[in-house]
Amino acid sequence: MAKKLNIKDKYRLLTRDLDWAYSYADRSKAFPFEEFEGIKITDWSKWEDPFRLTMDAYWKYQAEKEKKLYAIFDAFSQNNGHLNISDPRYVNAIKIFLTGVSPLEYQAYQGFAHVGRQFGGVGARVACQMQSLDELRHVQTQIHAMSHYNKFFDGFQDFSHMHDRVWYLSVPKSFFNDARAAGPFEFMIAIGFSFEYVLTNLLFVPFMSGAAHNGDMATVTFGFSAQSDEARHMTLGLEIIKFLLEQHEDNVPIVQKWIDKWFWRGTRLLTIVAMMMDYMLPNKVMSWKEAWEVYFEEAGGALFKDLARYGIEMPKYADVIEKEKDHVSHQAWWTFYTLGHAAGFHTWIPTDQELDWLSEKYPDTFDKYYRPRWELAKKMADEGNRFYSPGLPQLCTTCQIPMIFTEMDDPTKTCYRDHVHNGERYHFCSDGCKDIFCDEPEKYVQSWLPVHQIFQGNCGGPDVADILSDFYKMNVGADNLDIEGSPDLERWKKWQNAS
Amino acid sequence: MSKVYIALQDNDESRFIVEAIEEDNPQATIIYMPAMIRIEQNDHLVINRETVEEKIGRDWNVQELHINLITLGGNVDEDDDRLSLHWNQ
Amino acid sequence: MPIKAITPEYSGEVLDKKENFHGNQVVYVGWDDHLMFCAAFAYLVSPTLTFRALIDECIHSSFSVHPEFNAIDWHSAEWLLDGQPFIPQLDVPLESQGIDHKSLLRFYTPGLTGFKGAGV
Repeated sequence: MAKKLNIKDKYRLLTRDLDWAYSYADRSKAFPFEEFEGIKITDWSKWEDPFRLTMDAYWKYQAEKEKKLYAIFDAFSQNNGHLNISDPRYVNAIKIFLTGVSPLEYQAYQGFAHVGRQFGGVGARVACQMQSLDELRHVQTQIHAMSHYNKFFDGFQDFSHMHDRVWYLSVPKSFFNDARAAGPFEFMIAIGFSFEYVLTNLLFVPFMSGAAHNGDMATVTFGFSAQSDEARHMTLGLEIIKFLLEQHEDNVPIVQKWIDKWFWRGTRLLTIVAMMMDYMLPNKVMSWKEAWEVYFEEAGGALFKDLARYGIEMPKYADVIEKEKDHVSHQAWWTFYTLGHAAGFHTWIPTDQELDWLSEKYPDTFDKYYRPRWELAKKMADEGNRFYSPGLPQLCTTCQIPMIFTEMDDPTKTCYRDHVHNGERYHFCSDGCKDIFCDEPEKYVQSWLPVHQIFQGNCGGPDVADILSDFYKMNVGADNLDIEGSPDLERWKKWQNAS
Repeated sequence: MSKVYIALQDNDESRFIVEAIEEDNPQATIIYMPAMIRIEQNDHLVINRETVEEKIGRDWNVQELHINLITLGGNVDEDDDRLSLHWNQ
Repeated sequence: MPIKAITPEYSGEVLDKKENFHGNQVVYVGWDDHLMFCAAFAYLVSPTLTFRALIDECIHSSFSVHPEFNAIDWHSAEWLLDGQPFIPQLDVPLESQGIDHKSLLRFYTPGLTGFKGAGV
């Protein structure tokens, strides 16, 4: 009997000896995207996947993960798992997940399928193709898990349609569109490295642990199942960056620029996760700031120390990012609270107990800058005037988030930046977003800014209520507004009384 | 000095893997959080197949780790006998 | 710097050019130290709108819900137009006093520091 191959030999056979040789075809025509970004690859065979995963092992372990996952979905659904969550407010975080995050998994599937075709090295192609399949699995399992909530709660009905249209969902959508419209190497630094290695941890680890802590068995299960693939993706992200830096010294400044851009963009995108952690988990696991310190500062810091030997530095504006951890979750939840009439999920004033928790977790900022906002909101609500912001906000051209961020050295002042390009004025929430625009203005002049699109008449209307119902397909009066008085809450109370 | 880390789903298989990690990495810190276990240590961490097999009482393939893995940080090296994490600095 | 694109001479379509707003223009207005309003408001207005009408129609409809709004002394309000000090002429159209498409107007109201003096 032939000797069983060990994993190193198996991986070598898969990735070294099965590729086409291009003896009679022009190799550069087979891989037309490989050169225009300026990245120089001298030897693709130096690519190494540390997990050395081959297709047979991939299918075997993925199948096992799926079997476990679907058994739990069935159990959750058969046992009315939605009745065991901590509080109906929690479900609103899951609405954001389905409309804002799951469609990104689909975009990641498309993006990795593309680069998995375009890289000239077979090791990189195999790893990207596996990741592409993983991402498709993630979107499918997430839709499946959350379909249970769709039977009992509002706001889940049209997530894909909403992702393409709703104002705040243009933030995640445009983030991925930006990455996918870039070349294959920038896509890998954007998604494979910056996003997967450091940033998705914050969503899939502490937030998912929070889902478990709030009784949501379905979400924690798909979250951790997805994240078990992410561990492989993170490793791929780290391998690609080391590979690019080792291939040619000319790659170093290009990679550094992409790191600067994508860490900033990713930080902005995670603002919504910050808010989900601090305001939307009724049972708390850790604050956003604490999660940020563990997964960004500590883990990211270790990573950049490791990369220093190639001449790679911490991302630009790391100093601003460090200050923002004390502010962004509060600024974001206030934004959604005040624009809660136009959101596809419910918002609320934190309870007194939660306000105290926030004071304790954010001793330098919460009482000084953010508690007064909630005192005003409470005063108005008690007087029968629940505050909804009367008008549409100015948006940042790059990240597309409303211009809600403040100067970090004076959090009472909005951070305004602008730039004139070819006679047109563009506005930005930060130096980071402005720099990204100025580096590639021809890309960002095309930003589909929801507020401007409404003004141009491209979203129906003219009334906001018509835009919400006809263009966004929200059930106005059920999906939006405060949780107090919502059909979600009424149903929840009925279920509690029945049990 | 930087920490490498690995997080596993808190379940019956991970329990044995964590025991094996503790035995082979006496300096490691084990942190229990809702539904997950995070293990961290300065500079390096190793999971040995033999130790896991001893704890779990059956054959164990290092690649089975993927089933219960949540996340990790550090440079990975894996072969048939072990998975290790380290930082180069 | 031009974009590094696989297409030579790549240029993007400007989605927010003035022509796309059917004869109107966009103006943003923010009230400094009043973060009850999460961001500056965006308004779609005619370039011939007077500054007085901008205050009476747009600014009033958005900002008047603030407890300090009625205390504003508009004569002492200080304005910035696209970051530069600006003295508005109340009965002059926006376009005739340099408030063009996607201009940002900020106003500061001395003595009014927001709800509980916290910039809210």
